[in-house]
Amino acid sequence: MSKHDSDGSGHNPARRQALSCLASWTGAAVVWTVAGGVPYALGATGSGTPAAAAPDALTFVQISDTHIGFRKPANPDIVGSLRRAIAEINALPQAPAFVVHTGDVSHLSKPEEFGQAREILQELRVDRVHTVPGEHDTIDEGVTGYLKYFDHDGNGKAWYSFDQGGVHFVGLNNVLNFKAGTLAALGDEQLAWMKTDLARVSSSTPVVVLGHIPLWTIWEPWGWGTADSAQAMALLRPFGSVTVLNGHIHQVLQKVEGNIALHTAMSLAYPLPTPGEAGIGEPGPVTVPAGELGKLLGTRQLSLVRGSHELALIDKPLAG
Amino acid sequence: MNYAVTRNAGHRFRARALLALAFCAAFATPAFFATAAGPASTVEVKIAKFVFEPKEITIAPGTRVVWTNGDETPHTVTSNDKSFASKGLDTDDKFEHVFSKEGDFGYICTVHPFMTGVVHVRK
Repeated sequence: MSKHDSDGSGHNPARRQALSCLASWTGAAVVWTVAGGVPYALGATGSGTPAAAAPDALTFVQISDTHIGFRKPANPDIVGSLRRAIAEINALPQAPAFVVHTGDVSHLSKPEEFGQAREILQELRVDRVHTVPGEHDTIDEGVTGYLKYFDHDGNGKAWYSFDQGGVHFVGLNNVLNFKAGTLAALGDEQLAWMKTDLARVSSSTPVVVLGHIPLWTIWEPWGWGTADSAQAMALLRPFGSVTVLNGHIHQVLQKVEGNIALHTAMSLAYPLPTPGEAGIGEPGPVTVPAGELGKLLGTRQLSLVRGSHELALIDKPLAG
Repeated sequence: MNYAVTRNAGHRFRARALLALAFCAAFATPAFFATAAGPASTVEVKIAKFVFEPKEITIAPGTRVVWTNGDETPHTVTSNDKSFASKGLDTDDKFEHVFSKEGDFGYICTVHPFMTGVVHVRK
């Protein structure tokens, strides 16, 4: 199958059909699409009549960095922000297949934070919520505390895979295995598992990878990268369509490497500064004027059409 | 060995039997003296803007080091040799550790492993 649009313009009918329903509910959100691993913005959406998604499209929603337990001026009501996002997800004209949470579920890895998060996430009217751990979820006892609440496959690991809608999903833990003074890493055991897991997947199967910290180095002085991401990329390179969904940096950034498109998502808790921003030497919470916060928090909806390499992304701020 | 996480707690001083010795001045640090009957010295390390400040300290055996997290982001104080480790420190949380043995103790924040510090303990 061609990985590129027939005319290279990105405006083929199939994707337009897949996107039309997504555009309808997003208000002023920006619609992103990915063709052959090349993401680009289709433009800001307007209001419109909800249309049906392509019947074979798989749609799911990404949320990230809820930081349950955070109580600082940057967002005094993170539970309210999460509930607002949940209400919007539950109100989607077509229910997503599931929701993925790309880490930092909690702020301080406390059992009560995990418990509250799990309880609130159950308000989502979807079959499942797939999570991966963030570094805030592994503070005191590694991944053990997190797994008491979010051990998805019962294997006692924070990494897993599943297949749904013709797509192979891989959840990773890239917040441990660090050495002093370096970035966190996936580690040899997980990379070996990933190699075995991907060996049974055909290269024509779209692959979606979930991981908290970006799998490319965005800004090393702030730890915004994964030390052994190159080894993971090598395992993913044979596939025709790979989409990597990350959190951690609380803002939308994208990178493309061949057929691999990497995306970070907004947080549902608080904004972080732009990497390398002049005058800001550390990645601490940014307090913005009242009324601005909702524009910097948000969710992402993704849609994949079966038999296609194309993936549509919509990043939706909580408040336009 | 003695360490504990305290929240906004006052410092606890404890008598330590130590020889009166000036300690290493390799980094031209102010001299701390611990006398046979006096309280152990306490050295403060601030955590601010994702940096341990001072990043490197030199102390005498028996000195208590108190770290205070001034950031809105949680940090830990975790030694490379696992001889001491704090829980996650929220804003204004403190962690203290008394260094009884000589040596060089490198440590990091496990949430942000790019944050590093070292404690040199010298007689």
